[in-house]
Amino acid sequence: MTSLGPYASFIVTSYTLVAAIVLILIGWITLDYRRQKERLRELEASGVTRRSGRQATDI
Amino acid sequence: MTALAALIRRDIKIALRVGGGALIGVLFFLTVTVLMPFAIGPDMALLTRLGPAILWLGALLASLLTLDRLFTADHEDGSLDLIVMGRTPLELACAAKALAHWLAAGVPLIVATPVLGLLLNLDGTATSAVALTLLVGTPALTFTGMIGASLAVTLHRGGLLLAVLVLPLSIPVLIFGVAASQAAISGPLSFGTPFSILCALSLVSLVVGPFAAAASLRHGLD
Amino acid sequence: MTLIDLANPTKFLSLTARVLPWLAGATAILLLVGFYQAAMAPDDYQQGATVKIMFVHVPNAWLAMFVWGVMSLAALGTLVWRHPLADVAAKAAAPIGAAFTFLALVTGSLWGRPMWGTYWEWDARLTSVLILFLMYLGLMALWRAVDDPSRAARAAAVLTLVGAINLPIIKFSVDWWNTLHQPAAVLRMGGPSLDKAFLIPLLVMAVGFSLLFVTLHLAAMRNEILRRRVRSLQMMQASQQAA
Repeated sequence: MTSLGPYASFIVTSYTLVAAIVLILIGWITLDYRRQKERLRELEASGVTRRSGRQATDI
Repeated sequence: MTALAALIRRDIKIALRVGGGALIGVLFFLTVTVLMPFAIGPDMALLTRLGPAILWLGALLASLLTLDRLFTADHEDGSLDLIVMGRTPLELACAAKALAHWLAAGVPLIVATPVLGLLLNLDGTATSAVALTLLVGTPALTFTGMIGASLAVTLHRGGLLLAVLVLPLSIPVLIFGVAASQAAISGPLSFGTPFSILCALSLVSLVVGPFAAAASLRHGLD
Repeated sequence: MTLIDLANPTKFLSLTARVLPWLAGATAILLLVGFYQAAMAPDDYQQGATVKIMFVHVPNAWLAMFVWGVMSLAALGTLVWRHPLADVAAKAAAPIGAAFTFLALVTGSLWGRPMWGTYWEWDARLTSVLILFLMYLGLMALWRAVDDPSRAARAAAVLTLVGAINLPIIKFSVDWWNTLHQPAAVLRMGGPSLDKAFLIPLLVMAVGFSLLFVTLHLAAMRNEILRRRVRSLQMMQASQQAA
């Protein structure tokens, strides 16, 4: 491991922050995907069908 | 041509009549300028230094506040639909409406500037420099602000959303307006450079504004 | 498969389902390699180890502008070709672009603290990125202000294009304003004369972050399509119940 010099905390903070925000983005998008799928399943269970006649959760 | 002239005449009449908001803009401009010394203190030298910036900020906010009415009233009574459907090109009609709005709400701000300059301890050259830059710069504010007004009317949302959308777009005008006034008063720079750029910004907004506003009205109203 | 075929959301969804795992894998590998190379990169003779912040700062700053470009293309798609996926692409891109812009700002500020001695300098580049960030937030506010997605899409498209015309003007004005008020002793990066030891990790990181954007954008577009399907199904349900 190379030494990061006197400003190590700034470097580490920037990398951690980038990682944190990217992870939050990924987490938000994944959760959003699950939530939409869940709502589609609920709608399907309540008997609504798409105009094409396919199931709500089908692609 | 007569249709556009009629539109301009009508808009000015409505803006200046009872219930029109044009003159409230001047009152707002006056109030904001009077508030400034309470925030920064009655130090006359400091006020002289900050004067052009205060006047420009006041004019920017005042013209922004009156913009809300540019399309809303016409949308409410249905005349906006007639304008959109009319034979006059919508871009020209938008430009005419913006011109009328500037004549009714922008020019009074410029007329009020000398009085406010007096309050801020600006001398004759400084006041006329600010007034001149406002004369050239406020059309740019009106024409870019018109884009925000057209978006706001198609979305049935006004007020804060309009301000948030329009203010970042007006940063260049603010920069060069204040820079030109400062250059005329003290600056090491010549007055001509920032002033010509300010003119260029106004001309650009004269082209971009009507087209964007017309596009937004055409796509947004149904 | 052409752009027209993708107008069908079903085809788009099946394509994304196939492509996304590969994209995500490639992104992860590139970012890991980039991170390793950045960690191994030598110190700058002037800036020391703080130069390592560049490897995350520059890709984010480049993406901040690139995403606005993507949204402008999508805006053209909305207004000119009325491509149904263009609305979805524009809406999905805005929060991701805002996140990258925020990261560019914060890493720039953290880089500035050791170099300039202050967290915030009204430096021309930082200032223009700050304005870009404000415009991203305004655009997101516009998307959130209206519940009808196609109406919001057309308004957002107009605003995106006006922003695309205005951004170079804003950049120019801020540069000009900054040279007028330039404070002394601001240390600058070496510009294009970047040494190979820095250039290669930077490029790897830039490609990695761009792939990250593509992955996140596709996934967010998929979510948006599903959200619209939920919306239309709910409306059908409501009208069935009313009938």
